[in-house]
Amino acid sequence: MGRYVVRRLLQMIPVFIGATLLIFLMVNVMGDPIAGLCGDRQCDPATAAQLKKEFGLDKPVWQQYVTYMGNVFTGDFGTAFNGQPVTELMASAFPVTIRLTIVAILFEIVIGITLGVVTGLHRGRPVDTGVLLATLVVISVPTFVTGLLLQLLLGVQWGWIKPSVSPEAPFNELIVPGLVLASVSLAYVTRLTRTSIAENKRADYVRTAVAKGLPRHRVVTRHLLRNSLIPVVTFIGTDIGALMGGAIVTERIFNIHGVGYQLYQGILRQNTQTVVGFVTVLVLVFLVANLLVDLLYAVLDPRIRYA
Amino acid sequence: MRGATHAKWAACAASVALVATACGGGGSGSDSSAVLSASWGDPQNPLEPANTNEVQGGKVLDMIFRGLKRYDPETGEAQNMLADSIDTSDSQTFTIKVKDGWTFSDGEKVTAKSFVDAWNYGASLKNNQKNAYFFGYIQGYDQVHPEDGSAQTADTLSGLTVVDDMTFTVKLTQKFSTFPDTLGYVAFAPLPQSFFDDHSAWLSKPIGNGPYTIQSYSKGSQMQLTKWDGYPGDDKAQNGGVTLKVYTDNNTAYTDLLAGNLDLVDDIPASQLKNVQNDLGDRYLNTPAGIIQTLAFPFYDKDWDTAGAQKVRTGMSMAINRQQITDTIFQKTRTPASDWTSPVLGKDGGFQDGLCGDACTYNPSEAKKLIEEGGGLPNGQIKISYNADTGSHKQWVDAVCNSINNALGNNKACVGNPIGTFADFRNQIGDQKMTGPFRAGWQMDYPLIQNFLQPLYYTNASSNDGKWSNQQFDKLVDQANAETDTSKAVQTFQQAEEVVRDNMAAIPLWYQNGSAGFSERLSNVKLNPFSVPVYNEIKVG
Amino acid sequence: MPEQPNDQEGAIAGTGAGGAMDLGASEAETLEKTPYGPEGTGPAGKPRSLWSDAWRDLRRNPVFIISGLIILFLVFISLWPSAITWESPLQCDLAKAQEGSQPGHPFGFDGQGCDVYTRTVYGARTSVAVGVLATLGVGLFGSALGGLAGFFGGGWDSLLSRLTDIFFAIPVVLGGLVLLSVVTSNTIWPVIGFMVLLGWPQISRIARGSVITAKQNDYVHAASALGAGHSRILLRHIAPNAVAPVIVVATIALGTYIALEATLSYLGVGLKPPRVSWGIDISAASPYVRNAPHALLWPSGALAVTVLAFIMLGDAVRDALDPKLR
Repeated sequence: MGRYVVRRLLQMIPVFIGATLLIFLMVNVMGDPIAGLCGDRQCDPATAAQLKKEFGLDKPVWQQYVTYMGNVFTGDFGTAFNGQPVTELMASAFPVTIRLTIVAILFEIVIGITLGVVTGLHRGRPVDTGVLLATLVVISVPTFVTGLLLQLLLGVQWGWIKPSVSPEAPFNELIVPGLVLASVSLAYVTRLTRTSIAENKRADYVRTAVAKGLPRHRVVTRHLLRNSLIPVVTFIGTDIGALMGGAIVTERIFNIHGVGYQLYQGILRQNTQTVVGFVTVLVLVFLVANLLVDLLYAVLDPRIRYA
Repeated sequence: MRGATHAKWAACAASVALVATACGGGGSGSDSSAVLSASWGDPQNPLEPANTNEVQGGKVLDMIFRGLKRYDPETGEAQNMLADSIDTSDSQTFTIKVKDGWTFSDGEKVTAKSFVDAWNYGASLKNNQKNAYFFGYIQGYDQVHPEDGSAQTADTLSGLTVVDDMTFTVKLTQKFSTFPDTLGYVAFAPLPQSFFDDHSAWLSKPIGNGPYTIQSYSKGSQMQLTKWDGYPGDDKAQNGGVTLKVYTDNNTAYTDLLAGNLDLVDDIPASQLKNVQNDLGDRYLNTPAGIIQTLAFPFYDKDWDTAGAQKVRTGMSMAINRQQITDTIFQKTRTPASDWTSPVLGKDGGFQDGLCGDACTYNPSEAKKLIEEGGGLPNGQIKISYNADTGSHKQWVDAVCNSINNALGNNKACVGNPIGTFADFRNQIGDQKMTGPFRAGWQMDYPLIQNFLQPLYYTNASSNDGKWSNQQFDKLVDQANAETDTSKAVQTFQQAEEVVRDNMAAIPLWYQNGSAGFSERLSNVKLNPFSVPVYNEIKVG
Repeated sequence: MPEQPNDQEGAIAGTGAGGAMDLGASEAETLEKTPYGPEGTGPAGKPRSLWSDAWRDLRRNPVFIISGLIILFLVFISLWPSAITWESPLQCDLAKAQEGSQPGHPFGFDGQGCDVYTRTVYGARTSVAVGVLATLGVGLFGSALGGLAGFFGGGWDSLLSRLTDIFFAIPVVLGGLVLLSVVTSNTIWPVIGFMVLLGWPQISRIARGSVITAKQNDYVHAASALGAGHSRILLRHIAPNAVAPVIVVATIALGTYIALEATLSYLGVGLKPPRVSWGIDISAASPYVRNAPHALLWPSGALAVTVLAFIMLGDAVRDALDPKLR
């Protein structure tokens, strides 16, 4: 187990370097960020040159990358154009997005898995068809349409929620945004659980358990669910990274000042330091989540042993 | 609002010993200690006066700073604020006396030195101040801010001299009669010593001399400003403070206003303008502001630098149904433009209704004729470039194109060309990569006709994005600047504006109004000519 | 080492993030772990391939028939939009902005006074083209890389696995914002290129996994023992049996690409006018939803139905190809 973890950690290094380099190059393709700082007028060339020097933009890209990564390892993620250290932005943005992600994941787990189990056990019945159709509709409508409509209906027409989230972003204000963020994944979790349950329902160990005379709920929770959850756990685990980085649309609609918001602002202002910094952390989250998922396998499926 | 009532009592109890008149007298229900919330956008640059060149940062600086002059919130006229007098005999050397009795909110006295230090800081190249060019007229600017990138040879502007505690002189490199009227711009604000002593501490919580002080500032999400009780000016805050909340999408801010979550929105999205009357009734403002939208042209592109191109540009201008677009897309929050300035200048200030004449009047058949005479559209199609990330530009660019297409009877004559980010848009302009007309908006820095013409059309001026150049225009502007008599100067500027018209250097589209919506709690809400709410006059309760 | 029949990477297949694009991968994972092959025989003892089995199933599946008909219709209007419209989608009259349904204009007008019906019909071409071409690109590129890596294994395999991890780690919407914000061309290629660039790892993983599974089959060992070359084994024996999961995921992904195009337009980096697409129209209409809901409803409805049709098709194909669910 220990050796396995070490090996996985070592494998993360090239992936981490590659992913950060990739995003670094991508942001660089966007071009010179200085021009956008001077409003509807030309920056005077002297100030522009000075700014470029200050942000290290006058060096070749590879050198910028090396310097940047060097700084990152000392905990210095650079400075945004508004003079704020990126680490400060992270300190304010990540807690908000983590809360949002927790709400979204809870929705995925509670609603997604419940619906999946129900439909999986009643394959082909009306409840199955109904839920299946509903998940398909959720998947096929773009998130920003769902988000805007929910905001208008719940926030303005019916007045059930606040249409935007306050800067403190407490959990109760994040329920609807979390649902919107989770919606597509939720639909997938439902379908995934359904398929998995339906498959395992006919497995020998389930039949044995039923034949033993175990109560139905015990068969479902102890035997069926535990084995059927492996693909679902994989999905949810890898979804964490995607949810955190993919909240750009949701955070924009509900005015949440989280990671998605900072990334969006960073891209609009071509703020290399902000974008690369946040993505670097997201890449780490992604890698760690993947590792945890794989370790969880061993817990859920005793046949898997990592040496 | 039980919570608010409690807060009021508490605040009054605390302040009763100091100011006996402030509480209790509010028979009309207005509460001078209540705080309002208002929409805001994240400022792009650090909040230094000489480094802030956009409205959002400007809003805050306007609340926490007062300069030598202040533009009247209603008329836009430049009035003395901290200036006791600004005298000159030759329109080139100015003697400025600062009023006694002003302090910064940390107690430091505002003196002549506060201004001179601030201006030197703003002009100096090593401080990266984006508004440095505002000091470009002052003698010695070449040394503190060499444009050609050579080394800076001085730290202070030689044209600035402190005479005594409250007096300093400014020597300009050329005659500039209206220079005193530019001094209301935020870049000319005074700075306290703490700005220089502990710069990063100052930046995280700026200290100024205006009617508000910053209570807390969490960058990127919100700023709390409270009324400064010791403020010495006449324009004291009529409310207890303002909480500025950052919104990424102005549509969300508007939605929040409707839901009672926000008190003031000063940028109503175009898509909601149709609902505003219904949603807000008389809690909606639509007042003229010093903003004009134009279409600029790349004169560095050989297609647009021909003799015939002038006819094509005039033809395009006549093919745009301004009235219909301002009525439909903007719901009358824009007024069709008929000159190159703004109505907020007033007749005396140089605004001349109808200066553009027929060239700005919708006339599709004449438009088609002119464009054909001019040799047709370059390459048969024009692309209007704009940045797609902010504002409601897509809507009007598409509408302008449809108008031109309908006039020419060709569905593909004109198309919009969205550019993803503002930064990239500015890059392409800066690198002279534009091949067709592009969006050009101009928000005045100060209410002078000079500000609508010189930065935009003078050869190599900072915002002359199309690189238009005309000797006659340049000559007239120089002449107007040197003119000591204001009305004569304005007349000469108008002559220069006629040169712009005759060449159709840019197509004027419309004058933009400021629009705002507010909640039932607020009264006496106004927008100044810069389309910024006059926060200190707002009454809550 | 893991005790699973698949090697450890295979067990973790599908552990990729990447927003919407990735979703199909996990769905197909159950499939991928299922060793199936053409050696299954029918009740009559006559050997029947997986494909003919699947086809028999599909022909009787109403879901497949309905989604197939919708897709055929979409293809038809993509090729000949003028067959059922009578105006140009670029013909707009601001005087009619936001007006509702009226004779000759069944869906009403949008904010620019363009006919919503005409634009919805013409939008199909772009949206379907983006979906199909992006899926083709992702499918070919991804399965080629994944297939080769799975077949040859070793160093190439490790390299490719790390490479897919790298691309998976970049959030899709973010990548789109960064890459497409600088694009000036107004063709559909940059959008498709971006989808291929960030979408290929998903297919690549599936393809790799199924090639590894197929490689372990006896008939492959047999062919190898008989002296068949690499290319022959790969193309004749492995590819036909490994392609099923790829097809399933690709069909589902196709729908998500169409929806992704709309999201990119909403963020201002998608396709550009004068191109007509559902994404452009949906994002243009969404702020006006209170005044002109019809301008939002019709293109989003068309988009939803299209995505639905492709996902249902993928679903049906998956069910038909999965012997466990039979």
